[in-house]
Amino acid sequence: MAGLYEQSPYPGKLIVVEGIDGSGKSTQAQLLQKWLASSGVSVFFTEWNSSPLVKAATKMGKKKDLLTPTTFSLLHATDFADRFVYQIVPPLKAGMVVIADRYVFTAFARDTARGVDPKWVREVYSFAVRPDVSFYFRVPIQVSIDRLMNARRKIKYYEAGMDLGLSRDVQESYYLFQNRVLDEYDKMSEEFAFHVTNAEEAIDIQQRQMRRNVETELSDYFVRYQLALRQEEEDTQELPAVEPATAGGDGGEMS
Amino acid sequence: MTEPRTFIGRGLPYVDIRDLRGRLIVIEGSDAVGRSTQIRLLRDWLEVEGLAAIETGWTRSPLVKDTINLAKEGHMMNVLTLNLLYATDFADRLEHEIIPALRAGFIVLSDRYVYTAFARAIVRGADPQWMREIFGFALQPDLVLYLKADAKTLFRRSLLSKGLDYWESGRDQNPGLDPYDSFLRYQTRLLREFDHLAKDYNFVVINARRSVNAVQKALRENVAAAIPSLKTSSMKLNANTPPTNTNVPMVPS
Repeated sequence: MAGLYEQSPYPGKLIVVEGIDGSGKSTQAQLLQKWLASSGVSVFFTEWNSSPLVKAATKMGKKKDLLTPTTFSLLHATDFADRFVYQIVPPLKAGMVVIADRYVFTAFARDTARGVDPKWVREVYSFAVRPDVSFYFRVPIQVSIDRLMNARRKIKYYEAGMDLGLSRDVQESYYLFQNRVLDEYDKMSEEFAFHVTNAEEAIDIQQRQMRRNVETELSDYFVRYQLALRQEEEDTQELPAVEPATAGGDGGEMS
Repeated sequence: MTEPRTFIGRGLPYVDIRDLRGRLIVIEGSDAVGRSTQIRLLRDWLEVEGLAAIETGWTRSPLVKDTINLAKEGHMMNVLTLNLLYATDFADRLEHEIIPALRAGFIVLSDRYVYTAFARAIVRGADPQWMREIFGFALQPDLVLYLKADAKTLFRRSLLSKGLDYWESGRDQNPGLDPYDSFLRYQTRLLREFDHLAKDYNFVVINARRSVNAVQKALRENVAAAIPSLKTSSMKLNANTPPTNTNVPMVPS
């Protein structure tokens, strides 16, 4: 299982946001992307569960309630492997920053909460690379439910862990199941060096903290990146140079 | 059951396998070696003897069968996704077909098993340790019968039965070779991996270059040895065994 426990071999950088639904992680990830892009960094954004390869099978399995904890886990792993090979590794090799809205930790938390062996699921994903920075947006279950209800989003069958038969009531089942998921995230915080963020704080406060962490952890990369960028501009002087925009607002400076 | 049932690796923590009374018999072997013919004959024989048997085969699960076929057609596969899809397919059949059938006391005849996935993956460059880990939820079979024939015999049988298949000829592995050379090279490498697996997992090796009847006789002898209720007297071969409808798997509900 070398991959997840060693530093990534690629020149690019991988930033991961994790947390249960309603933790606000996607909002934070998008704000981070805006900031990096406005600073002239080329950023690639990737989300969990979006590859066309296994969409049909996942959809069918979910509709017909066919999935067991193991097939649920393996289908998502297949989907991730596809995305990993085609969307995550290439930009990392090209020296870009990749922001992943959910990563393997989502699988570790959910699948273990469903009853698969925690070591097994780590082995399944052992081809993945370790992120350079991981953020975990920690939020109490009730806040997560309130936010989902506010957004009028219906809680889905597997999201609520209804397949485990914890309760017949969707909200109650969601509560029980996501509690297990939270436990798993907490247990992983140390194993994978998460930056734990209190997701009940104001959005801009969380974002400021996040940007500070990224700046510190990726400082070497940014120095190298800026140098490379300048070099490239010098090499292509005859072409219209694209000026990197300056970072605006509350974010820190990149250089 | 003589020995308690086990998983080959970490297993399924949420499944109780202590009450699986049936027998899991695996027929492994290369493409076109004659597995399906032999399995059909085995099943007919077992049913004539009054034992309930079902068949299960590789990539036949309703969950991902179409996805695997689709992906193979478009060649949009890499070694990770292909193996993970195989694992999904196998897990689906294990939990929805094999385990319920064993619990109901059936004899499960498995056309291929995880060993096929191991051999193919290793030939295509996957990490063998990783493969064994992800398939660690597989049940340990009671018996693995390995039908073995040389690559040239396989080529002739393959050509005469359904024609050469892109993947079975290893064309993805040997872009420069013609179909015959590619087939021989790929199948020879697979055979070598099967030899290693045969040692690691205690396969019973059956010489599959012989006639259908001779192979069947050898298979029945081994199956009878593993199932005490089968008497040797019942083992005479009836060449006119009526074919049963093998398209409808008898899955106990």
